[in-house]
Amino acid sequence: MNVAFWQRIDQSARSLTPFLISVALVLLSVVPLPLPGFAPVVPALAAMSVYHWAIYRPNLLPFSAVFAIGVLYDLLSGAPVGLFAVVFLSVYGIALTQRRFIAGKSFIIYWFGFAIIGFGAAIEAWLLASLWHLTLLNFRAVWFQYLVSVGTFPLIAWTFMKWQQTLLIER
Amino acid sequence: MDQRPSTILRIPQPLKSLVQRFTYLGLIVAAFGLMLIGKIDAVIVDQVRGEVINVAAPILGAISRPIQTMANVVDGANAAIDMRAENERLREENARLLQWQTAARKLQADNAALSKLLQVVPEAQASYISARVIASARGTYGNSIVLNAGAVHGARKGQAVLGDAGFVGRVADVSSHASRVLLLTDVSSRVPVMLESARARALLVGGNVNRPRLVFVTPGTRVTPSERIVTSGDGGAFPPGLPVGVVASVTDSAIEVQLFADYDRLEYVRIGDFGLDGLVGRHMPEKNE
Repeated sequence: MNVAFWQRIDQSARSLTPFLISVALVLLSVVPLPLPGFAPVVPALAAMSVYHWAIYRPNLLPFSAVFAIGVLYDLLSGAPVGLFAVVFLSVYGIALTQRRFIAGKSFIIYWFGFAIIGFGAAIEAWLLASLWHLTLLNFRAVWFQYLVSVGTFPLIAWTFMKWQQTLLIER
Repeated sequence: MDQRPSTILRIPQPLKSLVQRFTYLGLIVAAFGLMLIGKIDAVIVDQVRGEVINVAAPILGAISRPIQTMANVVDGANAAIDMRAENERLREENARLLQWQTAARKLQADNAALSKLLQVVPEAQASYISARVIASARGTYGNSIVLNAGAVHGARKGQAVLGDAGFVGRVADVSSHASRVLLLTDVSSRVPVMLESARARALLVGGNVNRPRLVFVTPGTRVTPSERIVTSGDGGAFPPGLPVGVVASVTDSAIEVQLFADYDRLEYVRIGDFGLDGLVGRHMPEKNE
């Protein structure tokens, strides 16, 4: 009984990690990096996290968690509140519908999936922000941020994969 | 990947359930609702933002410190490499600055004498608090930084924030231990400025790009590149004369300003209390007064 209790605690602690990793990535993406010119193209780390868990462990990252991650990102980054909540929910929803085609296939397909969904998300965020401010925002930085995100995706995704294989093995 | 595909297929498809579909749509609608609330009543959103930043501030402060230290080490190593050239440059600059110092002393004395003669109302004495930048988000969706000083340290909404080189922005939200600063490059930033030598008034407008623009320049003014821009003090929100930047380019469609503040390298900034309550003070009285 005691053993079972600790196992349950252990299991739920492990199940919380996708959400906690996402929150940590949100915090990480607003930490000031003293690299000239880097700030406007900081990769969309939280979006990668949402995409990854939607594909591999959607049961561990429910809709409400995605919503919370988005709102947290909006609040900390100074974006209109709700903007990235909408964007992350869209990424999550679309990734969910495509997970049969992506999960368990080759890494290239998984990466390609992010490239396509990420592009849609970048356009969506840019359109919504432009609409919110009632002015056409600069698309160049959005495009470069997208390229940097797609470029750094394999590194981040590899970390997620390792984490998932060591800590989130399904029994 | 090399996971057993059968386990993936065993997880029930979440979108299949009707309840979950409604949850999903509900959350999307809620997110749009939040955007709408932010558009209609920015004050509520600012308060919530302040509280969340207050909670996140200790964590952000802890993460940002080692990164800053690492950057300082790299900077230090770089500085050591070209120490000779740097030394030479600083010697020259020092000689030039000493000349300026003499000129400034003379002007200061003149100014004091003339002010006394004309019985000019003295400007309020400014006091500053220094704060560390613990978070920074700059780009297409917003341009702001978070400081580790809040209401308990004396920060108030609307105060001017200065870096080593010039005006950085204004305090947008304050919570007890942290505050958020809206940078001059943010799309919602509007600062009354003037061209230093022409004394013509203008408004500095951010656009979420590196260089803010000048609009509503006093008609008939000839704006030339490399003209200095300082705050004008109009509206009583900021004191006059804070250095902002120089005119970088003048075209038919826009006058762009290169800011003095280097947003890439902000580490410590000063929050200035100039004894002004300006626009913010008049329209948003403090609740606990």
